[in-house]
Amino acid sequence: MKALRVVALGYLGALLLAPVGLVFYRTFEHGLGAVWDSITTPAAISAFWLTVEVAFIAVVLNTVFGVIAALTLARGQFRGKWLLDALIDLPFAVSPVVIGLALVLVYGRDGWIELPFQVIFSLPGIVLATIFVSLPFVVREVTPVLREIGDEQEQAAATLGASSWQTFWRITLPAIRWGVTYGVVLSTARAIGEFGAVSVVSGKVAGETMTLTLLVEQRFTNYDLAGAYAASALLAVIAFATLLVMTRVRPR
Amino acid sequence: MIVLIPLAAVVVKATEASFWHVVTSPRALAALELSVGASLVVAAVNVVAGTLIAWVLVRDEFPGRGAVNALVDLPFALPTIVAGLTLLALYKDVAYTRWAILLALLFVTLPFVVRSVQPVLIELDPEMEEAAASLGATSAQSFRRIVLPNLWPAIVSGAALAFARAVGEFGSVVLISGNIPRKTEVASVFIFGQIESDAVASAAAVSVVLLAISLVVLVAIRRLAS
Amino acid sequence: MIDVQSVGKRFGDFVALEDVSLEVPDGSLVALLGPSGSGKSTLLRIVAGLEQPDFGSVVIGGEDVTPVPPQKRGIGFVFQHYAAFKHMTVRDNVAFGLSIRREKKTVIRERVNELLEIVGLTGWADRYPAQLSGGQRQRMALARALAVQPRVLLLDEPFGALDANVRQELREWLRRLHDEVHVTTVLVTHDQEEAMAIADRIVVLDGGRVQQSGPPRELYEKPANPFVMKFLGPVSSLGDRLVRPHDLLLSNDAGDGLEAMVTRVVYLGFEVRVELELASDGAVSVQLTRAEADELELRAGDIVYVRAPVLSA
Repeated sequence: MKALRVVALGYLGALLLAPVGLVFYRTFEHGLGAVWDSITTPAAISAFWLTVEVAFIAVVLNTVFGVIAALTLARGQFRGKWLLDALIDLPFAVSPVVIGLALVLVYGRDGWIELPFQVIFSLPGIVLATIFVSLPFVVREVTPVLREIGDEQEQAAATLGASSWQTFWRITLPAIRWGVTYGVVLSTARAIGEFGAVSVVSGKVAGETMTLTLLVEQRFTNYDLAGAYAASALLAVIAFATLLVMTRVRPR
Repeated sequence: MIVLIPLAAVVVKATEASFWHVVTSPRALAALELSVGASLVVAAVNVVAGTLIAWVLVRDEFPGRGAVNALVDLPFALPTIVAGLTLLALYKDVAYTRWAILLALLFVTLPFVVRSVQPVLIELDPEMEEAAASLGATSAQSFRRIVLPNLWPAIVSGAALAFARAVGEFGSVVLISGNIPRKTEVASVFIFGQIESDAVASAAAVSVVLLAISLVVLVAIRRLAS
Repeated sequence: MIDVQSVGKRFGDFVALEDVSLEVPDGSLVALLGPSGSGKSTLLRIVAGLEQPDFGSVVIGGEDVTPVPPQKRGIGFVFQHYAAFKHMTVRDNVAFGLSIRREKKTVIRERVNELLEIVGLTGWADRYPAQLSGGQRQRMALARALAVQPRVLLLDEPFGALDANVRQELREWLRRLHDEVHVTTVLVTHDQEEAMAIADRIVVLDGGRVQQSGPPRELYEKPANPFVMKFLGPVSSLGDRLVRPHDLLLSNDAGDGLEAMVTRVVYLGFEVRVELELASDGAVSVQLTRAEADELELRAGDIVYVRAPVLSA
C-alpha cells in the first residue's frame, strides 16, 4: 500500500502541485510589489471586473435555468425528457472553440439571428459563450438531490393550502440549497476560467472585451511572462479558493 | 434555445464547404488524428492512474488525505490557459512537442476516472475481499478477480468522459504545444486558425467531425450505463 | 484442533477481548454465544486471521498461526451477509478457491458439482447470486468455503440475515452436514436457541471475556454466573436466588413455601405459565406442564405456595 501511495502522490505532485507551485514561486520571485503592480494595471483591473461581471450574469441565469430544468427533469413526466437530459450534457461534449464558432455563425455579421445590438466581439457574445459552457452544473447537482428527497413534502404543503410558489420558496428551495450552492460554485469556476469559446467570440479589445483568461494569453504572446504569471497566479488563487468552498459545500 | 440553434448552425455551415475535401485535407486530417490519438492515450493512462489514485484515496489513510482529495478537483477549478502556462513553466523541455500535448491533456482529464471510481470503491463490500483472502487469494489476485470486475463500468465511463473532454481541449494545449501544423496542431487549434482566417465553412466542417466523435463516445457511455 | 491462548484485542479505548482462552476439539461444532459487543465476532475473525490480536496466540492443528495470513491458515469462512462475488455465477463462486490453487479444470468442475449437490443448489450453477434467495446464497457461501477442504470452518452469524423459518431450517441442515462431513466448526451467534440446538460445546462471552464453556446441558443446568443463566434461558428470582421457572414448585399446602397470589394463568399450549405476586412483595412466574397445572386447579386470585427446589451438591 505504501508503494501505491507514493506513486499516486508522486503523480499528483508532478502533474498538479509542482507546476502550480512553480508559477507561484516565479510570480512572487520579484517581490510582492511587482506582482501588485502587474495585477493593478488598468488593463488588468478592467479584465478582472469584466470577468466578474460576465461570470455573475452567466451564473445567475444558469442557476435560475438550472433549478427550473432540475425540477422538470426530476418531477416532470413528458415525452422527450431524455432529449432535455442529453441536451443539458451537450456543453460537456463540445470543444470550446466549436462553441465559439457556433455562436459566431448564429449571432455574427451574416448570422442567422439579427439583433439590434452587437453580439459577437462584444459583451453579449462573451456572456452567451460563458452561459453555454457553464450551463450544466447547477442542473446536474440539483437533479439528484430533488430525486432523492422525493415530492412528499411538497404534496404535504399543497394539502395544507400552499400555492406552487409558496411551496417552492418555503419547502423545495431550502431542501435543495446545498445542491444549488455546490452547482453555483462549480458553475462560477467554469465561467471564470473559460478561454476557448471566449477566444473566438471576443474582439480582445483591452478594457472592453478582454477577460482575465484572455489577458493571460495576451501577456504571454507579448513576452510579458511576469505579467502572464501574475495574472495566472490571481486566477490560481481564485481556483484554490473555489476548491476550498467546494470541499466545504459538497452535498454528499 | 441557446444550445441547439448555434450547434445546428455549425452543422449547416459545414455543408456549405466541400465537406469531404476540407476534412480530408492533410492538415485537417493530421489535426484530427492527433486529437483523437492523444485523447486515446490519455484516456488509457487515466484508466491506470485514475484507478490508482482513487484506490489510495479510499483505502489508504495518511495525514492530509482530505487535502489531496480536494486537490484532485483542481483541473476543474483552474482555467485551462493557466494550466497550460503552469505546465509550460515547469516542463519547458517538452514545449512544442507532442509530449506537451499529452501532458496538458493528462492535467485536464485527471479528475474524471478518479471521481467516477471513488463512489463505487467506497460502496464495495469489503467482505468480498475478505472472503477471497480466506479462500487463498493474494491481494493482487483479489484485486484482479474481485475488485476490478466490479470497478470496471465506472472506470470505462470515467475514461469515456476523459476522452470526450480531451478531444476538444483548447486552452491548455494552445500555449504549450507550439501548434505546428501537421505536427503538434490539435483539431481545436486548427479550427481556431480557420476561424481567424475567415475560412469559416472549413472550420465548421472539421467541427462537425469533432462533434460527431465526442457525441458517439458520450452516447455510447449512456447506453452502457443503462 | 483450535487452541486460543490468552487473546486480547483493543480498538482504541474499547476492549473487545480480554484474556480469552478456549479449545475447540477436533471434529466438534462449537458455538461462540453472546450479546452484541461481547467480542465473539472479533474472536472468530482473529482465529481466521482477518484481525490480528494485540496479545496472545492462535494455534490450529498444533501450528502457531498467529503470524500467518488468512490465505494460508486452511480455514473456510462464512459471513453473515454472504459476501457473494456478485459478478460471478454460483459455479464460479464455489470454484473460486480451487481456481486460485490452479486445480485442473476437470477436477474443479467435478468438485463443484459434488458440492452443489451437497448443498442442494445443483440447478442453480449458472445463476448469479442476485437471483438467489438469502438462504440459497448462504448455502452457496458454505459450498464455496468447503470447496478448498478447510481444516476448520468458521461461521459468523451465518443465519442472522435470514427469515426466522429459513433460519430454523438451515440450522438443522448445518448440523446434519456437520455430522456427515465432520469438519471442526466454530459458529458465532447471539441466538441461544440456535447454540443449544446444534452445538457440541458452547462458549459464552460477555464484555470480551469467557463467562463459561461446556456442553449445552451443563451450561443450562449449572450456569457459572447470573449472566450465563439469564442468557441461556428464562429466569425467575425468588428471594436472592435465581431459578428456572419450570424448576419452581407450586403447592396448595403451605409447607415451607413462600406465600403468593396467582395474578394470571397463561396457557402457552404445551405449558402453562403462572404469574404470581409474592406476599413478601415482588412478582415471580412459574412454568408448569398442563398436567401439573390441571392438578392444582389454579385460578386468578388463589393463594398458593411457591418454593425453589433443593440445591443439589
